[in-house]
Amino acid sequence: MPEPLLRVTDLQKSFGGLTATDHASFSIEAGTITGLIGPNGAGKSTLFNLISGFLAPDAGTVQIAGRDLTGAAPAAVAAAGCIRTFQTPRPLPGMTVREALLIGPQQQVGEAPLALFRTPAAVTATERENLDAVETIAAEFAIDHLLDAPATDLSGGQLKLVELARAMLARPDLLLLDEPVAGVNPTLRNTLASHIERLHAEGVTCCIIEHDMEFIMHLADPIIVLDRGRVLMEGTPAAVRSDPRVIDAYLGGG
Amino acid sequence: MRTSGVDEMTAPLLQLDAVDSGYGEAQILFGVSISVDPGELVCLIGPNGAGKSTVLKTVFGLLDPWAGTITYDDVSIGGADPAVVVRTGIGYVPQRRNVFGSLTIEENLQMGAVARDDAGTGVIEQLYEQFPILADKRAARASTLSGGQRQILAFARALVPEPRLLLIDEPSAGLAPNTAAAVFDHVAAVNDMGTAVLMVEQNAKRGLAISDRGVVLDQGAVEFTAPADAVLEDERIAELYLGG
Repeated sequence: MPEPLLRVTDLQKSFGGLTATDHASFSIEAGTITGLIGPNGAGKSTLFNLISGFLAPDAGTVQIAGRDLTGAAPAAVAAAGCIRTFQTPRPLPGMTVREALLIGPQQQVGEAPLALFRTPAAVTATERENLDAVETIAAEFAIDHLLDAPATDLSGGQLKLVELARAMLARPDLLLLDEPVAGVNPTLRNTLASHIERLHAEGVTCCIIEHDMEFIMHLADPIIVLDRGRVLMEGTPAAVRSDPRVIDAYLGGG
Repeated sequence: MRTSGVDEMTAPLLQLDAVDSGYGEAQILFGVSISVDPGELVCLIGPNGAGKSTVLKTVFGLLDPWAGTITYDDVSIGGADPAVVVRTGIGYVPQRRNVFGSLTIEENLQMGAVARDDAGTGVIEQLYEQFPILADKRAARASTLSGGQRQILAFARALVPEPRLLLIDEPSAGLAPNTAAAVFDHVAAVNDMGTAVLMVEQNAKRGLAISDRGVVLDQGAVEFTAPADAVLEDERIAELYLGG
């Protein structure tokens, strides 16, 4: 067995008296689209926060491609190739959509100012590449007419697209998507699904939290079901649908 | 299921007929028809995004219906302001931010009396007897209460105008199981004293356990309605929640 791309072992997190993550263990194999589902309050977003460094676990480990990243800062997790999106993306005040998208590409030359003096031509070339990549993806997502608009002018659905596009520009190995189609109209939902499928075909491993069952059951395999902070089961969409424990969890458990 | 003892010939207390509603340009409800009889406890369940809370907000006047009619006690209330709706005898317990944190428990309850013609002093004293936890803390700021205590305060405040119908949005949200059970007991007790309830609840099992009837909503439309103890037996339930 090859090393899984993500391995979460016995992860625990409590907020006061509330146990949000309760000895959760699971792995994500490279090259899969894994769905993460569960009733409200099951701890799905908390799990993303623990993996991506936005929260530190009380106990347990997070390994990405065999490296221990438990409690690492978000930037370190991103540098390790794991990029996440947020359920409710925040608009970026004072930026155009183009600028908001330009945040995506990793290891930008501007982050190493000396290069500006040493290899100015390379800097210019990389910046040109990033701008081209932004325009290409904006055209694919049909938001190219908005590139010069303030990012705060976008609708909720458009913000979701910008969020996904920015995550894609980071060229992640592992993409964590938190409810990518919540509040998105059906046409856009199909567009997002096809973009995720294309990314997957290009070798990006995806893990998706989603309440839209048609969407996630169509797109993901395997599916991991969380309930009250624990992994309830993992299986194919068909196995998840036919497991009485799953519907029981959605209806309020025992 | 409990029996409400409702006379079958009684006209519904609340009747939504073919109601469309939504936010901005986003339509959430599509031709929703729901009725609640006097004294009945109806639980509205369905997957995330089904439009459950939107039904309550539209009845209470926080959203205007785009189409259809809403009748309460034979009076049309569709599109009426919440201030008007509450005076017709409908109380509403929102899901979040439902108490005034900087006010005391006593002041929170007094706010409920805004919809009364008197100060509601007698009713508030009765509520203290019914909810001793509030009596113990009547001079404390609501911000010092636990999540479960806030839920009980919001619930008690909605009772101050002595409504004949209570709209309750997810009473168990964010509460530990034992606390949620206590809140459900209060809902059942108030209903036993004759107040009709239309309740949205994510925890379908617990919600239906205290209800007379269940209404299942999916994608903004009523999928089916059934006696509370029969709802979860329906084969459509798994498909609605998990896709099919």
